[in-house]
Amino acid sequence: MLLTDQDWQAIRLTLHLASVVTLLLLLMVTPLAWWLAQTQSRLKAPVSALVAMPLVLPPTVIGFYLLIAMGPDGWLGQVTQALGLGLLPFTFEGLVVASLVYSLPFVVQPIQNAFESMGQRPLEVAATLRAGPWDRFFTIALPQARRGFFSAAVLGFAHTIGEFGVVLMIGGNIAGETRVVSVQLYDHVEALQYEQAHWLAGVMLVLCFTLLLGLSLVQKRAGWSGMKYGA
Amino acid sequence: MVPESNADQMRIHIRLDFAEDGFSLCLDTRLPLKGVTAIFGRSGSGKTSLLRCLAGLETRCQGSIYLGDQCWQAKGYRLPTHKRPLGYVFQEASLFEHLSVRGNLDYARKRAWQQVTDEEYHHILDLMGIEPLLQRRSYQLSGGERQRVAIARALLIKPSLLLMDEPLAALDQARKQEILPYLEQLKANALLPILYVSHALEEVSRLADTLLVLESGQLKAQGAAGALLASLDCPLPTGEEPGVLLEGSIVERDQQWNLVKIAFDGGELWLSQSESWHSGPMRVRILARDVSLTLAEHQDSSILNRLPGVVRALQKESDGAMILVRLSVGNTALLARISRRSAVHLGLCEGKSVWVQIKSAALVR
Repeated sequence: MLLTDQDWQAIRLTLHLASVVTLLLLLMVTPLAWWLAQTQSRLKAPVSALVAMPLVLPPTVIGFYLLIAMGPDGWLGQVTQALGLGLLPFTFEGLVVASLVYSLPFVVQPIQNAFESMGQRPLEVAATLRAGPWDRFFTIALPQARRGFFSAAVLGFAHTIGEFGVVLMIGGNIAGETRVVSVQLYDHVEALQYEQAHWLAGVMLVLCFTLLLGLSLVQKRAGWSGMKYGA
Repeated sequence: MVPESNADQMRIHIRLDFAEDGFSLCLDTRLPLKGVTAIFGRSGSGKTSLLRCLAGLETRCQGSIYLGDQCWQAKGYRLPTHKRPLGYVFQEASLFEHLSVRGNLDYARKRAWQQVTDEEYHHILDLMGIEPLLQRRSYQLSGGERQRVAIARALLIKPSLLLMDEPLAALDQARKQEILPYLEQLKANALLPILYVSHALEEVSRLADTLLVLESGQLKAQGAAGALLASLDCPLPTGEEPGVLLEGSIVERDQQWNLVKIAFDGGELWLSQSESWHSGPMRVRILARDVSLTLAEHQDSSILNRLPGVVRALQKESDGAMILVRLSVGNTALLARISRRSAVHLGLCEGKSVWVQIKSAALVR
C-alpha cells in the first residue's frame, strides 16, 4: 500500500470535517445572507466587513483568538464547560467551530450574491399572488438562489479541506482527532519523507479534481451555466 | 376618508402622496370599480408609481386607499400586498424562472382568494390561449406568450381588481397586435375591473372606458374615455400623432362597395367594412395628418368623406412648416395638420368655413 493507514485516517478525518462544516454553515448562514441581501440597515456595512474578515486575516491570527476564547478562561471555554462539554481546543469539535469561522465568508457571499442578483421583482410578484414573507422565502427565494447555494457548498467544502494554520493553532496534531491531511503532509515533509508526501499530495489532487469535475457535470446537466465563484 | 354611501362601494378612493428621488406623485381621486380604467400619461408621469402604491409595493407612499369600504391604507396602517385582493401584471415578463408555465399558474391557483374550479381554470387558459404551453419553461416562450401566461396567472388568484402596468410596452408591434385581442376578450368577458397603465394611445383607445391622465405626478384630466380623447385639450404623450377619437354607431351597410356608414354627433363617415365589426357604439380615430381642408366641396375628389366645418383655432408647430388646425364639425371637434403655406394660401382664420376631407379613419373598437 502506497498510503499508510495514518494517511488514510487523515483523509477520512479531513472529508468528515469538511462535510460537517459545510452542512452546518449552509444552515446557519442562510438567514444571515438573506438579511444582508435584503436589509437597508446601517449595520449592513459593519456586519459585511466582519463576515469578510477571515478572507484577509492570517489564519494564525484567527486561530490565536479562537484558542484564547476556547481556553479555560475564554468566554467560549466558560460556556462549553458550563454545558458540561469540556474544553474545545485539541478536539475534533474545536476544529469544527474554528472552521465555521474560517470558512464563513466563502459560504455567505455566494448565497448573498444569489439573493441580491435575483432582485426584488420575483418577490413582489409572489406578494401579489398572496404569498406571505415566509412563503416567498421558501417558494421563491430559496429555489431561485439554488446556484448560489451550490457554489457556496463547493467553496465552503474546498476551503475547509485546505486549512492549515487554524488547525495547527486549535487542534494541534492528534492522530484520528485533529490530524487532517494538510498537517499529515507537513509532518511527512518535516520528516523528509518526500515519497510519502508525494503520494498523499497526489491523492488529494486527484480527489479534489474529480470532485470539482463531477460537480460541474451535475451543474451542466441541470442546465446551469457553469460554476460562478462568488456569484 | 370614509365612504359615505352605498354608491361608493363600487369605487376605489385614492389619496396619495409619494416622493422619491426628486419625483413626486400627489393624487386625490375616486375611480369606478367597473370596466377598464386607463391611467394614461408620458413616461415619468407617475403611472407606474400610482399602481405600485395601490398594490402596496411602495412602502414610503403616504395617504389612504379604500376599495369600496375595505381599507388598504390609512394613516399609520398599511395592508401588506399579499393581503390585498388584487392581481398585478408587470411591464416585463415576470414569470418565475424556476417553475414551468403550469407551475407558475398553479402557484396562483393554490393561493387564490376563492377556489378555482377546473372549469374556471380552463376558461382562463382558453381566454389567454395558453393551453398548449403548459409544459414549457418560461425561457422557451416568446415575449407575447410570457405576458399572456402572466395575465392568466394574475387572473387565477381571483382578485377583486386587476392592475396592469404597461403589459405591452416591452413587446414589439407584431406581439402587441397578438395580445390586444386577448385583452379585448378579457374586457368583453367582464371578469373584473381593470386599472390599465399605458402611454400608448392605441391601447387606451381600444380598451379604456374611463381615462385618467397624469402629468408630472398630478392628475391632469379624468372622465369617460371617449369624451376625453375627443377633446382637443387632452394632453397627449410626446411622440403620439395628434388626432381625435369620435364615438358613433353604424347606421348603414353598403354590401356592394363593402362600406359602412358611421353616424356621429356632427355628421356621417364612410369606412371600409371589416369582419371584426360589431353592433353598438364604435370608436373611430382620425389622425390630424389624414385630414385636409378645401374652401369649396370637391365633388371630383377620390376622398369619400367630405364634411362642412368651421375653423376654431390655428396652432403653429415647432418646426415652423406645419400648422395644426382645430375645427368643429357639428358638435364634434376635429384636428387637421396642414402646411403653413396652405393655410396662408387658403386664408384660414378663426370662424372661416371650410370643407374637411378625411382621407382615412381607423376604427379602433
